[in-house]
Amino acid sequence: MIAQAMTTGPVVALRNVVLHYFSPERETLALSNISLEVTRGEFVAIVGSSGCGKSTLLSLVSGLMQPSHGDIYLEGCKVSAPSPRTGYMFQKDTLLEWRTVLDNVLIGAELLGLDMRAARARAEDLLRRYGLGEFIHSLPHQLSGGMRQRAALARTLCPDPDLLLLDEPFSALDYQTRLALSDEIAAILRNEHKTIILVTHDIGEAISMADRVIVMSRRPGRIKAEHRISYQSAGLQRPTPFEARKCPEFAIYFETIWNELDLHEMQ
Amino acid sequence: MASKTVTANVSQSDASSPVTVTRSPAYRAYLRTLKRRAYAIQAWQIGLLVALLILWEVAPRAGWINPMLTSYPSAVARTFMTMLKDGSLLMHTWVTFGETVIGFVGGMLLGIFCAIALWWSPFIHRVLDPFIVVVNAMPKIAFVPIFFIWLGDVASIYAMAIAVSLFVTIIMLYTGFSAVDPDKIKLVRLFGASRRQVLSKVVLPASVPTLISTLKVNVGLALVGVVVGEFQAAKAGLGYLITYGSQIFQMNLVMTAITVLAAISSVLFIGIQALEAFVLRGSGR
Repeated sequence: MIAQAMTTGPVVALRNVVLHYFSPERETLALSNISLEVTRGEFVAIVGSSGCGKSTLLSLVSGLMQPSHGDIYLEGCKVSAPSPRTGYMFQKDTLLEWRTVLDNVLIGAELLGLDMRAARARAEDLLRRYGLGEFIHSLPHQLSGGMRQRAALARTLCPDPDLLLLDEPFSALDYQTRLALSDEIAAILRNEHKTIILVTHDIGEAISMADRVIVMSRRPGRIKAEHRISYQSAGLQRPTPFEARKCPEFAIYFETIWNELDLHEMQ
Repeated sequence: MASKTVTANVSQSDASSPVTVTRSPAYRAYLRTLKRRAYAIQAWQIGLLVALLILWEVAPRAGWINPMLTSYPSAVARTFMTMLKDGSLLMHTWVTFGETVIGFVGGMLLGIFCAIALWWSPFIHRVLDPFIVVVNAMPKIAFVPIFFIWLGDVASIYAMAIAVSLFVTIIMLYTGFSAVDPDKIKLVRLFGASRRQVLSKVVLPASVPTLISTLKVNVGLALVGVVVGEFQAAKAGLGYLITYGSQIFQMNLVMTAITVLAAISSVLFIGIQALEAFVLRGSGR
């Protein structure tokens, strides 16, 4: 019991994270004193206008970049390099066009040195579940935008990460596909009990999908506000992102966060 | 230096789609128009070639131009046949072909190696960049006599073929490597890829189309290098035939050698195209 209690701490913890960017022209303070905890199974969305450093924040959590000051912990261990327990989804699907869909999904297992037979079975299972069963041996250019992004999701989930970092994964898709796919992906991720950090500039996407929305200020990025999202009007069950958009709370959250982002002051 | 530019030629049709639909009369008419147009283009190309040959045959015979300067196709054909029979043409062709292939492969391998080194170390790239640009802009042909003195008659020909193609290869490949989508590199790095794995899993496979365009450019350049090298140094080869023929004012010989050169460059180019079709087959690139 005690051991279990110890591992039920936050999956991700940021403590006073600061990041400076250097370029020959100037020094930029990109992130200023960010502290944040994400608990197991939680879906956190970070919203902010472009250039507020929210994608940089994901790079830091992924271990690709190191903060100038402060520490980042994954499951209690300091993050210093990319971890196989973290999965990352990009804005673009970044499928490798010379590999079949299956080989794309397997690239993680290949690089991480996992058991390829087990990985292959899992990859095929994931692809079938995401409606790509017929396309396992197709090349990416034969797939539609939504299908490609589902293949990218399968690639991210194939090594079975605990933490998922989503960097505006829907923004390259058209509006209809985006709504349909965010429903689908939200359902998949909730079923798999993943811990998720979603970064987006789309307020609607954030409040329709996440349990908690964190609003970031413009550069230097700071945490400006935090909202716990719940849809009491929809009953006990969490509504799907599409249903959530129709709840009366949606409009209220939207307006509050819109005002906090100060978008009208830009330009 | 006449650098040969090569236009990418993508002519495979997508006629392999498995959908069978009943074709409307308008669609059939459209397909007929397409076909007619393709035939017309081919007919014009052949006609143009024949017209040029006829003009070349008639003009010296009619006394419009001096046959000593231009020769004419029937005389060239006679020389061609004679040399074919006594085996000398095949020998010269084989020498030039062999030198070109070796120079071409050598230039490519060395170029790939250097481009990888530059990609591997941005510092080395920053240091060497201006040198590469300047050397690339230099007319390598100016080095023919120096290579001859340094390397002798055989090695100087290979050196010329490599020198002419190497720097273009490095620049084209390095540019291709740097243009690889950074998100794809980030993707494999997130899975813990080392720099060697970034190279083998992403950068090299993503650069295959660049590599093939480079091959296309280099086939022509290697041939230029070899022929120029042979002008100076050789005792055999088509470049030697050209110099020799012009010294003894035998235009038949010169024209025969040039015709065979055209054939060699076509064969090499078709080979590269077959390779391209094979490598990029179906990948939609």
